[in-house]
Amino acid sequence: MTEVTLTIDGMPVTVAEGTLVIRAAETVGVQIPRFCDHPLLAPVGACRQCLVDIPDAGNGRGFPKPQASCTIPVAEGMVVETNNATASKAQQGIMEFLLVNHPLDCPVCDKGGECPLQNQAMSNGQGETRFDGVKRTFAKPISLSPNILLDRERCIVCQRCTRFAAEIPGDPGITLLERGAQQQIGVAAGKDFSSYFSGNVIQICPVGALTSAEYRFRSRPFDLVSIPGVAEHDACGAAIRIDHRRGRVLRRLAGNDPEVNEEWISDKDRFAFRYVDAADRLRYPMVREESGELRPASWLEAFDLAARGLAAAGAAVGVLPGGRGTLEDAAGYAAFARETLAGADVDFRARPLSAEETEFLAAQVRGAGPVTYADLDAASDVVLVGLEPEDEAGTIFLRLRKRRPATGSGSVRIRTVAPLLSPGSAKLGAELVRCAPGAEAAVIGKLTEVTEESVILVGERLATSPGALAVAAELARKRGAKLAWVPRRAGDRGAVEAGAFPLTEHERDADQIIDGVLTGDVRALVVGGVDPDDTADPAAFLAALDAADFVVSLELRESEVTKRADVVLPVAAVTEKAGTYLTWEGRRRPFPQVFNLPATYSDAQILAQIARRYDAHSETGGFEARSARTSTTGTPSGGFEARSARTSTTDPLVEVRGAPATSLETTGAAFHLATWKLMIDNGRMQVGDKAYSATARPAAALLSRKNVIRFGTTVTITGDRGSITMPAREAEVAEDVVWVPSNSTGRGVLADLASPGSTVEVAPA
Amino acid sequence: MNTELLPVLTANWGDERAWTLGAYRARGGYEALEKARGMEPEDVVEAVKASGLRGRGGAGFPTGMKWGFLPPLDEGPAAGKPRYLVVNADESEPGTCKDIPLMMASPHTLIEGVAISAHAIRAQHAFIYLRGEVLHVYRRLLAAAREAREAGLLGDLEVIVHAGAGAYICGEETALLDSLEGRRGQPRLRPPFPAVAGLYASPTVINNAESIATVPAIIKNGADWFAGLGTEKSNGVGIFSLSGHVTRPGQYEAPLGITLRELLDLAGGVRAGHELKFWTPGGSSTPLFTAEHLDVPLDFESVSAAGSMLGTRALQIFDETVCVVRAVLRWTEFYKHESCGKCTPCREGTYWLAQVLARLEKGQGSEADLDLLLDQCDNILGRSFCALGDGATSPITSSIKYFRQEYVDHLARGGCPFDLAASTAWASSGFGARKLAPQPPQAPPVEVRALASLETKATEEDR
Repeated sequence: MTEVTLTIDGMPVTVAEGTLVIRAAETVGVQIPRFCDHPLLAPVGACRQCLVDIPDAGNGRGFPKPQASCTIPVAEGMVVETNNATASKAQQGIMEFLLVNHPLDCPVCDKGGECPLQNQAMSNGQGETRFDGVKRTFAKPISLSPNILLDRERCIVCQRCTRFAAEIPGDPGITLLERGAQQQIGVAAGKDFSSYFSGNVIQICPVGALTSAEYRFRSRPFDLVSIPGVAEHDACGAAIRIDHRRGRVLRRLAGNDPEVNEEWISDKDRFAFRYVDAADRLRYPMVREESGELRPASWLEAFDLAARGLAAAGAAVGVLPGGRGTLEDAAGYAAFARETLAGADVDFRARPLSAEETEFLAAQVRGAGPVTYADLDAASDVVLVGLEPEDEAGTIFLRLRKRRPATGSGSVRIRTVAPLLSPGSAKLGAELVRCAPGAEAAVIGKLTEVTEESVILVGERLATSPGALAVAAELARKRGAKLAWVPRRAGDRGAVEAGAFPLTEHERDADQIIDGVLTGDVRALVVGGVDPDDTADPAAFLAALDAADFVVSLELRESEVTKRADVVLPVAAVTEKAGTYLTWEGRRRPFPQVFNLPATYSDAQILAQIARRYDAHSETGGFEARSARTSTTGTPSGGFEARSARTSTTDPLVEVRGAPATSLETTGAAFHLATWKLMIDNGRMQVGDKAYSATARPAAALLSRKNVIRFGTTVTITGDRGSITMPAREAEVAEDVVWVPSNSTGRGVLADLASPGSTVEVAPA
Repeated sequence: MNTELLPVLTANWGDERAWTLGAYRARGGYEALEKARGMEPEDVVEAVKASGLRGRGGAGFPTGMKWGFLPPLDEGPAAGKPRYLVVNADESEPGTCKDIPLMMASPHTLIEGVAISAHAIRAQHAFIYLRGEVLHVYRRLLAAAREAREAGLLGDLEVIVHAGAGAYICGEETALLDSLEGRRGQPRLRPPFPAVAGLYASPTVINNAESIATVPAIIKNGADWFAGLGTEKSNGVGIFSLSGHVTRPGQYEAPLGITLRELLDLAGGVRAGHELKFWTPGGSSTPLFTAEHLDVPLDFESVSAAGSMLGTRALQIFDETVCVVRAVLRWTEFYKHESCGKCTPCREGTYWLAQVLARLEKGQGSEADLDLLLDQCDNILGRSFCALGDGATSPITSSIKYFRQEYVDHLARGGCPFDLAASTAWASSGFGARKLAPQPPQAPPVEVRALASLETKATEEDR
């Protein structure tokens, strides 16, 4: 890279060729005032605040007029004055113009105290305005979306928001309207600002023009305490800033981490934090009376009862931590199962899973060398399988979008193996490798042009696609491509590394634990943050909770699990404990505690307390149960046989479970069910902000044009677990595929509609 | 110094149905195209370079040099991309009225110029971006393009006539390109320049309508003929548009370097019974001139040396009945209305300037407001994103330079000292303060042009 040396305010500066003057100045600590400029957005030169004097452009001649330093690249020998009389007058003149039509309502503005306009008016303004005329006024606020409100009077039309929307997530729903002093931001004709990343515009707005419905008028920046954090909604590990006041989180902002999320976060990471303060939040332990009622209990009593109940079951205990915990919590669950309970089964997976996936996690994920965001930046080819980054991994989505073909900056080829080209994939400029749900293995096997420059990202949904994970791993191995597993939950990768899943053939996975409870082989359950409706068979899960002799629930809020538990132990929320998440890359993302509350314990701390009391009880009641378990290990039960039958298949391609395909041929009315979770849906951690929830994409089934014509625009879909009636929309899907959002209606697809991998019928509603 | 008119583009305006293909060809139209087709494209570019033709849209950039900026066809970043020719016919500046009469009277002159220029730059698509309000011109251009195509004159060239939606900013070439692409018309950041990445990010030549319409005459008569006209650095002929308080307003085509005194002689002088007070040499964006500048040669260098710009040769004549504060306020309101809003100084500055001027015109405020105006202009000029903001300051700074006392008089009197009716076209009807000689009723625009062409014909005959 060629370097260029220039002089800024008398200081020599050496930067890469092509660097903008405003960036070069930053490297020597010279802050040129600016509004429209943003290092992650293309330069536009609109606000003119960053004018500087360039007495020598590097060729011995100067510019006769001040130049916008955000659009002018450096040149060898250039001389830049950012603070001389010419530059100062220019900057003060622009500042005065900016304030002509600004309401100057800083005392009542949410941005007051952290406002670039306010700050720079102090540093680069004249203090007093000479404008004594009539300001233009607008009705305010107006809604850009159910969540984002705009005060057009405060707006200085720097276009950061519209440029963000168009350039970063590719959701150009907002645009400039009118002209001159009437120019304003508004919703583009025929569009809406439905973006999963809309909240970023509030943060990058250099004035108080954009506010969110829930935070608006709630607080002043100088009353807030800021703590860095890590977003807990996906496996991307986005850096966030948590702003709190008087024991409550008021808002969350994007942190600045160039290696991970740069300066952007999804709306879910930004707005979905009020679940912690939900009305059903558990605040004290509870134990079940003989009468069947739950009653409040002291921690000591609850620990003691939990230890006693588990000891009675010996090792015939299933531990289901869920995928939301920290690395420390996952390690706590794993140790509790393997050491304290001396060989109990543990599995973090609170979703459909398979034995193939268990092998894949052990062989390809656990301890695997990292594939990182930087690899996505460098790859020439990215293959997405069973993963929709916009819905399931927002940071990956934005990272890949930076390299979509249209930007031309070392563009990448992106292929997505999916039943349809989702809106997110379209925004990535991805090529669709069409694939019926369940047939991924065959399609991956046929992928060409995969090289060492390729990165294959496989989503957790691939667990239920027979053979797919093995074929993907084989493809990566043969071609030297990088392979990474991208789960949905923040704690998933940490749980894999902590070993909170079956590590030997003799351990039960989550499904087998539930089977075991129903057959009587497993007598007690320790359940962490698991939503039964997320599991492969919600009805079986609930039945298992009812059937188990003893259930310990470690939960944040009242749930179907706590309703059935014998001991309910409230756990610390993510803000109430320090911890570490591992991103999908395996990157450690430690975060500090925000609130230090009395008598509030993390999952790991609670398990340690139970463990301390366990041995005393196991002396008496636990022996029988444990010996029973030992004998079970010697002669594998039906569950194990079934699994070894599955894993014995050497070529995964041969064993494509045929149920969907054959039933399709026989009945003719059967559809493959394609489904994934939209980013904003009915998830339990997304409650508490109605304005945010209102930005969810409406639930609709996607069918081919022919099928929409055939069935109409409202359809009833019927599967082996029930029926869902919802609007139908046309999409580029195969004639025998219907796509439904996993958790946007009722209790979700797994509880209300169909079992994983099964087929459904579609009929007019 | 040349004192006579020299009709080239305007020569056929008085012909019977001059806008038809038949009438145009009867005068030798499209012969230049035939000649150009027999030349190598590079030779056509060379001819235009040698002619010294400078952009007629105001800036005066050499047209041939602009064509020469196109990147190579078959290598580099533009390899494989089409080239486009775009004609800027979005004539919207107050006072400027040359392209619209040209396209109205003789649209084939432009179409022929487009065909030759497209041949020269190897473009297969040409766009004429026309101001949307002039529906009659739009129809004539459409008809002319159709006639030429049906007559087989255009070959492979596709000529698209596009009507804009009415925004002054779309006359700025990069805003025009955005508008032509269906986007919001706002100027683009340069580089890349249109020659490298213009319309649809492809190499694009964008020229003013009069510039392109001049090309056939250059090809037909030779570069030397054109280079021999006008002054040393401002070659050739140009259309001078006289409007306002002048006896015979209209288009006067003459070699560059003619003076307003000569043009006024040809146009019958300032409105009878009145004298010249101030005038614009090139539209409202060029600093005002006064009677002391009557003998400034109207070429790029001389006008610039005298403190203004030749611009579009839109000579608006104002006699002594006109309040300069009022005129400047009207122009400023125009700029405020037309500012696209992209950059701060132009958007907010014009908004503020209009308020200060409106107050001054009413005789309110103080003399300090004049310094405030000048300082505001200083903060806009050269600070705005494009030339629109610069243009907005020209009438204000130049009017304060030449007529500061008139502003002060407004303040002293607490209002405008002028009889506003006296400056109107109907002042002679007795409504105004003075009794003037009877004037013919105001002619509609088309007849004004006819008058102009009659004038040019008369001069031809005189020779």
